[in-house]
Amino acid sequence: MVTLFFIAAAVAIIATFMVITHLEAVHALLHLVVSLLAVALIFYLLGAPFIAALEVIIYAGAIMVLFVFVVMVLNLGPLTREQETRWLRPGMWVAPAILSGVLALELVYVLLGGQKPLSVSSGVDVKEVSHSLFGPYLIAVEVASILLMAGLVGAYHIGRGWKGKAR
Amino acid sequence: MTDQIPAEYALVLAAILFALGLAGVLVRRNILFILISLEIMLNAAGLALIAAGARWGEPDGQIMFLLVLATAGAEVSVGLALVLQLYKQFRTLDIDAASRMKG
Amino acid sequence: MLDTLWIVPALPLAGFVFLALAGGRIPRTVIAFIATATVGISALLAIAIGVTFLGLLPQEASYRQVLWQWVSVAGFEPAIGFHLDALSLVMMFVVTFVAFWIHLYSTEFMIEDEAYGRFFAYMNLFVASMLILVLADNLLLLYLGWEGVGACSYLLIGFWYHDSANGRAAQKAFIVTRVGDTAMAIALFLLFVNFGTLDIQAILQQASESIQSGSLIAVAVTALLLGGAVGKSAQLPLQTWLPDAMAGPTPVSALIHAATMVTAGVYLIARTHTLYSLAPQVMAAVAGVGALTLFIAGTAALVQRDIKRVLAYSTISQIGYMFLALGVGAWGAAMFHFMTHAFFKALLFLAAGAVINALHHEHDIFKMGGVRHKLPLVFWTFLIGSASLAGFPLVTAGFYSKDLILWQAWSSGQGQAWLWAIGVATAFLTAIYIFRVVFIVFFGKERTHVEKLPRRPMTVPLVVLAFFSIVSGFVEIPPALGGRHLFSSFMSSALPSAAVEESHTTELIFSLIASLLALAGIYLAHLFFRTRREHAEPDAGKRLTRFLFGGWGFDWLYDRIFVRPFVWIARVNRNDYIDSIYGGIAALSRGLNTVFSSTETGRVRLYAAGIACGSIILVAIALLL
Repeated sequence: MVTLFFIAAAVAIIATFMVITHLEAVHALLHLVVSLLAVALIFYLLGAPFIAALEVIIYAGAIMVLFVFVVMVLNLGPLTREQETRWLRPGMWVAPAILSGVLALELVYVLLGGQKPLSVSSGVDVKEVSHSLFGPYLIAVEVASILLMAGLVGAYHIGRGWKGKAR
Repeated sequence: MTDQIPAEYALVLAAILFALGLAGVLVRRNILFILISLEIMLNAAGLALIAAGARWGEPDGQIMFLLVLATAGAEVSVGLALVLQLYKQFRTLDIDAASRMKG
Repeated sequence: MLDTLWIVPALPLAGFVFLALAGGRIPRTVIAFIATATVGISALLAIAIGVTFLGLLPQEASYRQVLWQWVSVAGFEPAIGFHLDALSLVMMFVVTFVAFWIHLYSTEFMIEDEAYGRFFAYMNLFVASMLILVLADNLLLLYLGWEGVGACSYLLIGFWYHDSANGRAAQKAFIVTRVGDTAMAIALFLLFVNFGTLDIQAILQQASESIQSGSLIAVAVTALLLGGAVGKSAQLPLQTWLPDAMAGPTPVSALIHAATMVTAGVYLIARTHTLYSLAPQVMAAVAGVGALTLFIAGTAALVQRDIKRVLAYSTISQIGYMFLALGVGAWGAAMFHFMTHAFFKALLFLAAGAVINALHHEHDIFKMGGVRHKLPLVFWTFLIGSASLAGFPLVTAGFYSKDLILWQAWSSGQGQAWLWAIGVATAFLTAIYIFRVVFIVFFGKERTHVEKLPRRPMTVPLVVLAFFSIVSGFVEIPPALGGRHLFSSFMSSALPSAAVEESHTTELIFSLIASLLALAGIYLAHLFFRTRREHAEPDAGKRLTRFLFGGWGFDWLYDRIFVRPFVWIARVNRNDYIDSIYGGIAALSRGLNTVFSSTETGRVRLYAAGIACGSIILVAIALLL
């Protein structure tokens, strides 16, 4: 089981690395889907099958499709690829790599530092999640629905003029 | 389940993914890639929540993840609409092209 | 009847509020009517209350009326409350009565002034503040009235503010009295710390029970209160403001700077006499201050050219007599002299105002002369006032009150020979300087043409005050001359009377000496200023004359010691170094603003990098701690 976890983790890390380094948006998105699927597996291993399913359906499914759709709409040609090559010189990587590396090291140090290992309990039932979701967290659910509504209205409003004036 | 995954490992993975996402945000000038990197960071945060929830056997972590998911959905929809508008205005996806606070 | 006490100060206050709000829009007759009527009704009410109070007197020596709680903070609970006893009754009566006649006089005197409504609004506010001062049952309310009359004094000295000299005189009066007021405020703090209350009667009660004679607290409090009193009453060393205060309209000088406000210091000391009895050193200081002041002011009055300045120095001198009386424990005598002085000094000022008004606002006595034929009524009333001031024997009020003070300065327990000697010598000077004015202004040949004759509203107050300048003395006649003790027996219900043990013959001899000196002074004045008038004008070249003219050089001294160093400091600190600290803070903020707004580039990735750096630092801090 731990082996499974390590494999999934390695896949996720490598795939994510590919995402942020790739020049082609569509390829990057496909790598991201792979990474998300790996994380979904980890969710399953951590005893959260419901969330794993949501990760696949919503993240890897809906949201990524949205991205791909936008990339297709933008219709980016080889010009963009050249531009990306120009933008992504090796020197660009130094400062962000240092920052992110330091942050990651700090976090890893915190997480692994000293205390006795915390092992995961046997997982949480979907029923339990549902009970507290529509029990104590009801307000949060409502707020989330309002947020989605706002996102819907906002996206509609911002994207409205696109088709008419674009070309 | 005989051998269980230590929660630290999952958390460390979340930290690594988060750092990678951060590096992506900082290094890319293409707004589309910045949005993608933001998704990576959100997902990493969700992973940390799930791991913590699993460690304590409480449903709260998963609920938080659901809320993060909702946030991510709203953020992506608005963000992509902005990408489209940006491209329409500037004919480029360069984020630095939009450094002036005027249309 | 007594429960209408609150109306006495409330009426002038209402008059003030009305005139302040509507004074510019209503006709002058209405203004005059409202201002005079409110004070007049107050005066009538005060008399009625006085009569009622006299009927109750042997049984009830005081009456107290608490209107409402003013503040309530941690045991500090001063009330808006009034205390009526013999002392405050006399003050209340004199203030309202004299104020009424002066208001009536002003309706005519100020008739040509543009700011008619403003003048009467200030005057009414002054009367209200003064009544609050004398009636207050606690020191905080008294202080309110005290500062109220100070503010009115400032406003009225600078009433003709178009002339900047008047504004400066007003500022001088305000600032010099402020020195004393600060001392008084500290005295109030000390009293509150020691007694936990500012209620006057409670303090006096506790003090007589718990404080030892001559103890530090008694000395400190009384010395500080004395500081307040000398400031308000223009005594040494804070007397310099009063002569300059004559810049105000003459009725103001009569009411505020002669009859009422400047005697507030006398009232304050008399009110807290129990404390002073516990501090014999300070009592001696009060007497010493009074004696020195009355002599200095008396000599300065000898050479003044401005008729109002003569009267101003005379006021300082006469209040010096009251302080002398207070200092020797002759509380009743001080109040008696306060009363008679209020009448005859108000009369003198009003009569002088009538002369000034008739002679195109001429103040210099050497440009006046022979006015007696044109203004006979003014002449006779001024003569009566002068006689009273000079202590003309037997028929004037001033004689009886001054005689009582001089006698007690000699005979009472704290009395001393040198106090009496100075008092008598200055009584002689008083006769000279006031009859100098009489002879120069009213006799001789006419120098300035008399144009305006005073009309009824100005002459009636003169006659009434002249009447009181004579008869108010008959309420207290020394035993040697028949003996009548209406005033002192009335006062004894509120103030302890000074014990007098000497025989009647001794007292008679002392009266005789004082009388003879007064008569001699009048004769000398006649000799110098009537018959040899040509040489009477003071020679400004003589050093002694200049010294006396400047009031013994106190102004010169204070200018060197306080004003010039202060001006120098102000000049050195012209760039306001202290303010530059705050200026520096502002400049720093502006600089930081420039720095931070330059980071606002609009580049999203830089912002993200900033956030990342911040989180790295925060996590690092969490790690290290």
